[in-house]
Amino acid sequence: MESFLNRYRSITVLLLVILAQLVLVAVQVKNDQDMRMIRVWTVTAVTPVARVVEALRGGSSGFIRNYVLLRDAHQENRRLQAEVDRLKLENNYLNNELNLADRAKALAVFQSHTPSRTVAATVIGTGAGTNSKMVLVDRGTVSGVERGMPVVTPDGIVGKVITAYPTASAVLLITDPDFAAGVVSQKGQVRGTLKGQGTPICKVDYVPFEEKIEPGEWLYTSGDDRIFPRGFPVGVVKVVRSAQPFKEILVDPSGMARGLEDVLILVEGVHQAIPDTPPGSQPVFIGTPPPADAVKPPDNPENAAPGAPAGTEADRLRAQYKDIGAAQGHKFGEGTPGSKPPDFNLKLPGPVGTPAAPAVPPGGASHP
Amino acid sequence: MSYSGGHILLSSQREGQVSRFSAWVMLLVPLAAILFQVYVPLFFEFLSFLEMPLLVVVYFALMRRSQVGGLLVGAVVGLAQDSLSKNPLGMLGIVNTLVGYFAASVGMRLDVDHPLIRLLLTFFFFVFHQFFYWLMVRALLGQSLVFEAQKTLVLGLLNAVVGISLYHFLDKLRKAS
Repeated sequence: MESFLNRYRSITVLLLVILAQLVLVAVQVKNDQDMRMIRVWTVTAVTPVARVVEALRGGSSGFIRNYVLLRDAHQENRRLQAEVDRLKLENNYLNNELNLADRAKALAVFQSHTPSRTVAATVIGTGAGTNSKMVLVDRGTVSGVERGMPVVTPDGIVGKVITAYPTASAVLLITDPDFAAGVVSQKGQVRGTLKGQGTPICKVDYVPFEEKIEPGEWLYTSGDDRIFPRGFPVGVVKVVRSAQPFKEILVDPSGMARGLEDVLILVEGVHQAIPDTPPGSQPVFIGTPPPADAVKPPDNPENAAPGAPAGTEADRLRAQYKDIGAAQGHKFGEGTPGSKPPDFNLKLPGPVGTPAAPAVPPGGASHP
Repeated sequence: MSYSGGHILLSSQREGQVSRFSAWVMLLVPLAAILFQVYVPLFFEFLSFLEMPLLVVVYFALMRRSQVGGLLVGAVVGLAQDSLSKNPLGMLGIVNTLVGYFAASVGMRLDVDHPLIRLLLTFFFFVFHQFFYWLMVRALLGQSLVFEAQKTLVLGLLNAVVGISLYHFLDKLRKAS
């Protein structure tokens, strides 16, 4: 080292002197931003070094973290992958449960309101053949199921029982080529025979060419086949082609539109009227109104009397005002503007009003 | 006045004679040069082109044939010039340091007693001094100083001519070896 310094003594001294004077200049001079050059130079000189040091440190730590300490990463990855798979299965299971609950609820509602006697069944298998349009359900003769009984869902007919075992039954679906059922169109009451084709689309045979039927029209069971009771939805007409001597009509069946897992077997079918509106816009069932005392405020002794009107608060007020008007000889809707209105504070003896007309008849009614 | 003989390049460093100066010469001559630079142009403006401190630095560096000595003379003279000017301390110091170092380096290989060599070296170091100062002003101070090459060359020649006479006078102050 000493010999090195002796050999390059002159240049070393030169560099030291130059450096010292550079520092001297830098201490005095300021840049445009009133910052001393010594500070600027120092930061400029230190920053790349710091950046390199930081890059080395980050690279080293990253190398250690990403490569050296990854001995458990593969195992961790496998564990997480297994966890993801488990969660996927769980998610699918919960989704299925949710769908099942929805379908079961719809089925229960339909079952409770259809006049026919039904047995709920779950599809437990399909036919063995590739072209077989048949399913197995978990209800059999033990549950009262017999061969030939119709199978439906709330959306429409599904098929018919072709074989009844003690604990299971085989159901021929309406898409099977061997299936046939009598149908009738909703508007023109055009009758025909629904047949499966082995595809998701069925056809309707024996509709004379002069009959009027249009795409979009709904078909219902006609009851002529003595299997399906009249009035069950079958499907919607997709295509109508004129041909001789019968029209070519293709139908999109509605019974299996939302899958086929739970069905109802009609053990005692009851014919129904064909509705005037398609199933999608058919009236919604509204239950019977609650008992009268259930809608009355408990702190109102007047309303606690028997014979008080049932219904909503608006119904009760309407009946009360009607009674008040009748007691004073006033007819609502006939008075001219400015005429004296009835005294709505008039106290009437006895229970207040009777319902003019219950909003919903007891036993349930349908409102469009 | 004795000039060395017919060759300019020295075959070895031993051929070059190291000039020695007494301490007062080493002190007073640079001081006089600086004072000249400061006061004479006040009364004789036409003499402002003379860069007397530079000429002194070049002379001492050439004659002493010591790089460290040359750069130290240059640094001291330059810092003194800076202290008497509006420049930040170190601007002329750095330039004169480099001039002293390189002049000493050249003096070790050339026969610096030859007037032509002295003329050329003085001219060269004047131009180098001006150019490097311009460079530092731009680089360190960020000032847009114009470098007038033609004027610099002419002034370099004038300073070289004056320097020949000055060096002849300073040769008288050398210690006899």
